[in-house]
Formats: sequence, structure tokens, C-alpha cells
Amino acid sequence: MTDHRSLHNLEIGFTGILGADGKPIGELPEFASNHKQLIALYRAMVLTRRLDEQAVALQRTGRLGTYASSLGQEAVGVGVAAAMNNNDVLLPSFREQGAQLVRGVTMVEILRYWGGDERGSCFEGPKEDFPAAIPVGSQFPHATGVALAMKLRNEARAAVVVGGDGSTSKGDFYEALNLAGVWQLPVVFVISNNQWAISVSRKKQTAAKTLAQKALAVGIAGEQVDGNDVIAVRFVVERALERARAGQGPSLIEALTYRLSDHTTADDATRYRPDEEVSARWKKEPVSRLRTYLTDLGAWTGKDEETLLNESTVQVEEAVTAYLATPLPQAGEMFDHLFESLPSDLENQRKQVEELSREKTDA
Amino acid sequence: MPEVDLLQAVNMALTKAMETDDRVIVLGEDVGVDGGVFRATNGLIERFGAERVRDTPLSEAGITGLSVGLAAQDFRPVLEIQFMGFIYPAIDQIINHASRLRNRTRGRLTCPMVLRAPFGGGIHAPEHHSESTEAMFAHIPGLRVVIPSSPKRAYGLLLAAIENPDPVVFLEPKRIYHVQKENVEDDGKALPLDRCFVLREGSDITLITWGAMIVETLAGADQLAEDGVSAEVIDVATLTPLDTDTIFSSVEKTGRCVIVHEAARTGGFGGEIAARLAEDGLLSLLAPVKRVTGYDTVIPMPRLEHHYMPSLDRILTAAREVLEYS
Ligand SMILES: Cc1ncc(C[n+]2csc(CCOP(=O)(O)OP(=O)(O)O)c2C)c(N)n1
Ligand SMILES: [Mg+2]
Repeated sequence: MTDHRSLHNLEIGFTGILGADGKPIGELPEFASNHKQLIALYRAMVLTRRLDEQAVALQRTGRLGTYASSLGQEAVGVGVAAAMNNNDVLLPSFREQGAQLVRGVTMVEILRYWGGDERGSCFEGPKEDFPAAIPVGSQFPHATGVALAMKLRNEARAAVVVGGDGSTSKGDFYEALNLAGVWQLPVVFVISNNQWAISVSRKKQTAAKTLAQKALAVGIAGEQVDGNDVIAVRFVVERALERARAGQGPSLIEALTYRLSDHTTADDATRYRPDEEVSARWKKEPVSRLRTYLTDLGAWTGKDEETLLNESTVQVEEAVTAYLATPLPQAGEMFDHLFESLPSDLENQRKQVEELSREKTDA
Repeated sequence: MPEVDLLQAVNMALTKAMETDDRVIVLGEDVGVDGGVFRATNGLIERFGAERVRDTPLSEAGITGLSVGLAAQDFRPVLEIQFMGFIYPAIDQIINHASRLRNRTRGRLTCPMVLRAPFGGGIHAPEHHSESTEAMFAHIPGLRVVIPSSPKRAYGLLLAAIENPDPVVFLEPKRIYHVQKENVEDDGKALPLDRCFVLREGSDITLITWGAMIVETLAGADQLAEDGVSAEVIDVATLTPLDTDTIFSSVEKTGRCVIVHEAARTGGFGGEIAARLAEDGLLSLLAPVKRVTGYDTVIPMPRLEHHYMPSLDRILTAAREVLEYS
């Protein structure tokens, strides 16, 4: 005889505040009554989009390495980072330029990183934030460590870690989630579910109906949010962060969004997904949604829009100029941050690479 | 006979293996509809269907362990890991299981799987995409580490790896995926594993290498020839088990040896070859063995990468030092 016991309520909350047409469909959070705050979110999304555009253009002209655009997903990064306190710690994936910008990583740093320069990960701003995680999902366990450190020091801070839908198939993800649950760590896991992991669709990634429900397996809170609604993202992440900082444990937030770009500049998405799918998703993209809402409120005019676009263009252009003018690192620098100080066994190698590079420039 | 590059030769070998042996299953992230991020598996899903060409979830540890299970059940999994830098989550499965299932069960269960991965630097890739940690795998008993360096060897060695009854880590030097085209006959003929290939015969010095460094090493031999020096060039091809016969007989002839690899110097596989020569070939040596390698640091991102990669100049300098030694 099988005895069925109801252990879990398999209801997963979904928060959406603005509809795809920019009309409210849910109750607005308090911060949304402050139009300045909404405009700040809007500006950050526009800037992110401009940066992505320019980065792709730089790559196409041989002046940047492979680049992962966040086109269409700006609301996730911007909303997440806007919800954070300065002294929280962000552990991003490689597609979170929006979050990084709001956290205070500079555009020049972002461009340096994708231009193949380690110095791009030496942030002047958010000193404790982690660099982009390239090995998918490897950032989740780090977040539990950061959160444990905060907890051990009794600080009212939290770690926020962002990964993709694909990353939830990795052991690292489950291991981190599980441990955060048992130890009730102050960490918020955000999954930016853009429906694709390169060519593997969300459906082929897991048979689970939602990614948020993976939280239930480890006994922590899990919910979904409209990831193209920056107000909703900021709202739910803020709520989860308050719980985390108050010692009420970790959460998993699945932000439903869509990757409007190729996976990276090295990818050709037309090989595996139909154009119609992409054009349908353009109708739900996050930037015009918030613009419509702000315009309807009377808080945003065509003139404001024009000014913002010009400003963003100038800002990004300035960053591009500064990036392109970055002096090359010296060859010997490849040894300078391997250890705190250079072990004597490596001195000869450092000398050799410096000499050879000097010969090259002399020649 | 088709003129193909190394990448196309890999694709040809996979196609041939799937044609001739139903047990061959190709799996990995994006290997299906997308044809693999480098397109090594292009066209396979159309030809052999989604049962045998499987897009997996993003899960290196899982799919490597799955391949162990498939192999133990007499399938022939050929697993693609997208880049060498992403094999590491699967190390547990490789070192604790794939490489020793036969030994643990005294031959009752075996693990005829192939794990393919592109490796090496020099293509201006993002962080973690330029690894050359072949020595780490060569250190694992029970595992073969095979590295092709031309279209013909890619075709023949991959077929051999798939036919082989034991696990093979098959590392593809992605920097030379498109460098050389050759006429490769699609005859399904495997090349021998566990054998070095003498790419060029010579009598004054032996240059030993593998993978993408073949290009600079052969160029080095050309330059030396202009100086009247006759260099023998050996492509190790199978790192483990190592074909010391070919290496020893070459060094017996030349008395001088330079080993070239892109991987970091310390613990690199060049050290193993040098040690073998010191142990069993010392009396043939007329000069100390020299290594030209990557440096003992994390392979830099693109801005400094070219300073890291062993250059033709470094190979020539080392060769001349060894030649001048008396
Ligand atoms: C461990 C690991 N395996 C494979 C890759 C290659 N790769 C880079 S991104 C990616 C897909 C990631 O999908 P997802 O987690 O959904 O993030 P998205 O790219 O959609 O933002 C893959 C397979 C990698 N970087 N790391
Ligand atoms: Mg994704």
C-alpha cells in the first residue's frame, strides 16, 4: 500500500507588476511611487543596452573579444542590483553587465575584461563583488561561503548570486542551494531564465515545470518573477534580501526573461531557434515596457528620452575611447598576481618573458 | 578524397564511427541541432537522429558519469565537453571511475568511452577557454590521452580511440582546427594509438611536441635546415601510454633533444619525457634536454596571451643552445 502524504505545497508564486504593454497588472510597491527611482531603473537599462550594442560592434570590428550581450534581459540585472545594499555582495554570471553597472563597475572595466585584460576584474567600485563566472554555475557555492562569512560576523548583509537556466542543471547549483538551506545562510539565488542555454531550450534542460520549484527540494523559499519587469524584479529581490539579512534564510528567485541576442558574438542562434519566437518576445522586452509606464504617468517625455539616449551614447563612447586607449599590460605582469609575492622559482621566468617582449618591441 | 581541415576530419571520423557501429552514441552540450559550438558534430543529428546524437543538460559531471554507465553497458559513448576548462567538474568521474572501472572489477566491467574536448590557447578566447592541462590527465593511470595534430591523424586517431576498449581523453588542438587541409580518405581506417609519429626525419637534433605546437616546431625545423641542421620532429600523439621506443631511437641517433609544449612548465608532460631520457637514455645524450613551454602562470587572457605561447624564436634559441653544447 502506498500512503500519499502531502509534504509540500507545489504552488510557486509569480510576481508581475507591469504587463508587457506597460500597464500595471499588480499592486505597485512603495518605491514605485517615487518616480525618480523608476527613472533611475530606466536609465540603467538604457545604458546597459547601449553598452551591449557598442560592445558587440567593437567585437565585430576586431577590437573586443567574444561578448555575451544581455539584450532583452536588462531588467534582471538592473532590478537585482537596485535591490541590493552597497555592502551586499554580488556574484554574477557572465551576462550581468546591467547588474555590474548598477553596482558601480565601470564600463571601461567591463570592456577591458571582455577585451581580454584581467585588470577589468579589478573593480574600483564594488570591492567585494566577484568577477564574472565563466565556468557555468561555479559561482553558486562561492555565494554560500560569502554568506557564511557574513553570518559568522553577525552582519546584516547578504550575498546575491546570479546564474542562467542552464546553470541549474549543474551539481554546483544544487549543492549550494542545499547547503544554504541547512545552514540558513543569507543568500539570494537568482536564476535569469532566458529560455536558452546556447542551443538547448529550457524544456530540454529540465523536466521540472519551473526552476523555482527546485527550492522546495532543499526546503527553502522559491518563487518566480517576470524578469522583463524591472519593478517586479527589484521588489521580489528586495523582499528576499530583507528576509536573508534578518536571518530568515535563503531564497531562490527564477526571473522569466528572454535572450534576444545570440548566445555570444561567437554564436548564430538562427541555427536552432525560429525568428518568429524571437520577434514575439521582442513585444515583451523590458525597456519599452517601463518607458510606456513612465510616459503614461507623465513622468517621461519624448524630450527626456532624446536627452537620455544622447547622454548614454556619449557615456558609452567615452568609455570606449578610454578602453581603446588603455595601455597594454607589460608581459611580466602575467606573474604579478599569481601569489602575493613572486616566489624565487618564478623570477627567472618573469625575467625571460620581459626580455623576450622587449626584444619583440625593439625588433 | 576530400580536402579537409582538422575539425572536418573529426566530423568525418564521428560520422564513420556512427555508420559502422550502432553502439556509438555522440553526446554533449549543443552537439545536436547546433552541431557543437565548433561544429565538430555538424550534421550528425540529421543523419543519425536524436537517439544517438544527444543534446544534454548543462552538467559535465553528470554526463561524464552517464558515459561511464553507458560504456559499462557496451555502448560506445563519445562525449564532447565544450572546452577543456569545463572538464574539471567531471574529474571525479574520470579519475575515480572511468579510468579504473576495469581495474576495480578485475575486467568484469570496462569503460570504452571517448571524452573529446578542444584545448589550448592562441585563439583570443575568453577566460577559462585556453587551457592546456593534458599532463593532469596523463597522470591518471588507466586513461589514454590522445592528441591529434593534423587532419589525417585526427581522423585515424579518433577512430582508433572509439574502437579502443578503454577510456580515452581525446584533446583537439583548436588553434589548428582550420590551419591545414589534407586529403583524408574516408576509409574507416584507424591509426595506431600508443605510437609517436615521426613527422620529419633528421640526424642532428630531436624536436618533440604535440598538438598545436606542431606548427611552430615544424617551422623551427625548417629554419634549422637553412642553417644546415637536420632536425627530426616527433609528434607524441598518444601521451599515455608513451611510446618511448620511437623517442629513444631518435635520440640515440641525434643525441640532442628539445621538448616543446604550450602547457605550463612545472609538472608538464615534457618533464616526463625528459625524465625517461635521463633514466634510460642518458648515454645517448650529447647535451642536456631542454624544454620550451608555457610559463608557470595562469594562461593570460588575450592581451598577454601571445607572450605566453612558446614562439618559434624560443624554440630556435633552445635548439641552438642544445646544438652548441659540447
Ligand atoms: C561548466 C561549463 N560548461 C559549459 C560551458 C560553455 N557554456 C557557456 S555558456 C553556456 C550556456 C549557459 O546557459 P545558461 O546557464 O542558461 O546561461 P545563459 O548563457 O543563457 O545566460 C555553456 C554551455 C561553460 N562556460 N561552463
Ligand atoms: Mg539561459
